[in-house]
Amino acid sequence: MDIFLFYFLSALTVFSAVMVTLSRNTVNGAMYMVLSLIGTAGLFAMLGAYFLAALQVLVYAGAVMVLFIFIIMLVDVDAEEKVKIGTGSLIAALIATITMSVGVFMLFYNPEWNQPLSVIVESSSIEAFGGSAKKYGALLYSKNILPIQVVGMLLLIAMVGVILISKNLFTSSTPEEVSEQGEPTES
Amino acid sequence: MLISHFLIVAGLLFAIGFFGVMLRTNALVMLMSLELMLNGVNLMLVAFSRQHLNMDGALFVFFSITVAAAEVAVGLAIVVALFRKKQTVDVNAFKTLNN
Repeated sequence: MDIFLFYFLSALTVFSAVMVTLSRNTVNGAMYMVLSLIGTAGLFAMLGAYFLAALQVLVYAGAVMVLFIFIIMLVDVDAEEKVKIGTGSLIAALIATITMSVGVFMLFYNPEWNQPLSVIVESSSIEAFGGSAKKYGALLYSKNILPIQVVGMLLLIAMVGVILISKNLFTSSTPEEVSEQGEPTES
Repeated sequence: MLISHFLIVAGLLFAIGFFGVMLRTNALVMLMSLELMLNGVNLMLVAFSRQHLNMDGALFVFFSITVAAAEVAVGLAIVVALFRKKQTVDVNAFKTLNN
């Protein structure tokens, strides 16, 4: 039963990932991306990381993909774009992907990794691994207090940067505007 | 269930994301493929973390998701700014530095 669920989730994830890269309509690609992220969240849950699965659905499939679809709606004027894929880039991408996949298979099908998942002895130890948000909070705010603060600072910087970029300060300042603002000109 | 199953799925996700970045010229699809690659790495981290029954990998995934959210916000802002300049999101249109 477990193994069937695993195969179903991984097939869903990989198929949707392929469809993200191949779909002509970008909105369809974003929808497949949501499906792939939900499949990954299911795999997280199979590994016992229930909190991370919930976080994946909330943050990735919720917030990030909504942002993506919003920008796609804003930007993509013609939905059905003509995908012009050069033969050279197709061949290069295929060679790189096949090489990487074969490398992954060869790396992980050796006896060192071909072992069963560590047995979880009692049900309290899955709780201890990643089932509860309590454990995450205890670890985040004791041992990892510095990374938490750095990440908070990073989010603040990203927010300020996004506002600066989308305020059109850097992108479309033509020379006339620059001279109007009192910047020194060359003449 | 073997740990290598999860590792192979994670590696395949990374490879497919790489395929998307190399193949497509739409900047939005390239960003989404980057997210796929990040997801593959996240899955691998969780698998190893589960294998060793150690929470450090799972905590790293927590930070990774946060950083990815910030990265997507900045990347999409840059895409919108580029779209304002050229009215397209095709990366082939942005070769100003080329000549």
